[in-house]
Amino acid sequence: MTRRYPMLKETPSQTAGPYVHIGMNPNVTGIHGVYEADLGAAMKTGAVHGEEITITGTVTDGMGSILKDVVLEIWQADADGLFNTPGETRGAADPEFSGWGRAAADLQTGEYRFDTVKPGRVPWRDGRLQAPHISVWIVARGINIGLHTRLYFDDEGEANAEDPVLMRIEHQHRVPTLIAQKTGDGAYRFDIRLQGENETIFFDM
Amino acid sequence: MKNTPEPNAGYAARDRAWHPPALHPPYKTSVLRSPSAPLLSLPTSLGEETGPVFGQAMLGDMDHDLVHNYAEPGESAIGPRIIVHGRVTDEAGRPVPNALLEVWQANAGGRYRHKKEGYLAPLDPNFGGCGRVLTDEQGFYEFRTIQPGAYPWPNGGNDWRPAHIHFSIFGDAFAQRLITQMYFEGDPLIPLCPIVGAIPHKDAVQSLIAELDMTRTVPMDARAWRFDIVLRGKRQTLFENRLEGL
Repeated sequence: MTRRYPMLKETPSQTAGPYVHIGMNPNVTGIHGVYEADLGAAMKTGAVHGEEITITGTVTDGMGSILKDVVLEIWQADADGLFNTPGETRGAADPEFSGWGRAAADLQTGEYRFDTVKPGRVPWRDGRLQAPHISVWIVARGINIGLHTRLYFDDEGEANAEDPVLMRIEHQHRVPTLIAQKTGDGAYRFDIRLQGENETIFFDM
Repeated sequence: MKNTPEPNAGYAARDRAWHPPALHPPYKTSVLRSPSAPLLSLPTSLGEETGPVFGQAMLGDMDHDLVHNYAEPGESAIGPRIIVHGRVTDEAGRPVPNALLEVWQANAGGRYRHKKEGYLAPLDPNFGGCGRVLTDEQGFYEFRTIQPGAYPWPNGGNDWRPAHIHFSIFGDAFAQRLITQMYFEGDPLIPLCPIVGAIPHKDAVQSLIAELDMTRTVPMDARAWRFDIVLRGKRQTLFENRLEGL
């Protein structure tokens, strides 16, 4: 006999609004003393495995204006391709690397920055290896539901060419919107465009 | 006695017709901040099905008490004292334990403590406006705060936000990441708000409205409001007599 389980509806999203920092990065907006440090500001707690990198960039709107009130979160594997979470069953991730970061864009310039490590390769659902990548989630005033995208690396051409997600993209000319550009030793730039020309690909995953 | 399932069916896709669309012109800021190309739909993989996990050790003793967590010793925030509580489950009704909830809000006069905020209502020197709490083993949470005030915002000529508390919620997976706002039962500004109005279905709006809960009210101290939260669940596939993912 088959039982039917009632399904609940997910709580609907609402915008993070202009004052998102109060809740997610209070020290950025001058609220000190409630939390010791802003959650996700530091992804490394000691000496980490692998290559340490920085990612900087901006998020622009449909008129090319830089968002100064945007907050980004990233989630990624460590240098060996393992996630620092109890759900990781393939091995023990680097204990000094959280894999999760949160950054508010600079309130004056709109530039964001993450200090992280270059992730290793993680298998796709069917076992094929994905190219090194970072999951990115973007919230701000005017964004009614958080936007998911992915950051890949321009110095991983071979891996990118066989990445199961990148290969699934019908409009291949848009793939470069997902690829961070190496600007120096361990430095990458990833600019996100919410709308219009060179609009970043966003995922429903 | 069951068939061999897929190792992991992944998370069920979001019902995008239930959430507000990216573009809702009455909320003017959404016009230039909404992607114009469709989202690319793909099944979830490891990076979406995992996420950061937080522990009690990370929290301060006062994190779930907004009445006091920014106040001078012996002082407290001004405004109606309230308790907000509820349960976090997934779409199959299973409790989500250890979920981190971060909340932020305006003070009782409708003023936020933020560098970019200029509303003429005064700041409360004893109110910061942020707090956080983890759900317990059964998915229940509770925090104390003061009831926020409504406030005007520059959208249309005369738009006012209904009183609300912002919630940021972490489940078990990055795919479940959610930000929303909780409203208060009986607030006449709710149906007038262009941000609320971005939600297409009235039942979805209703699910964001906390109900007065006299059973949890503390007499002579604080009223209680109940707000339950549902996060994305795993895809359910039927195998023999049970649903995978349950």
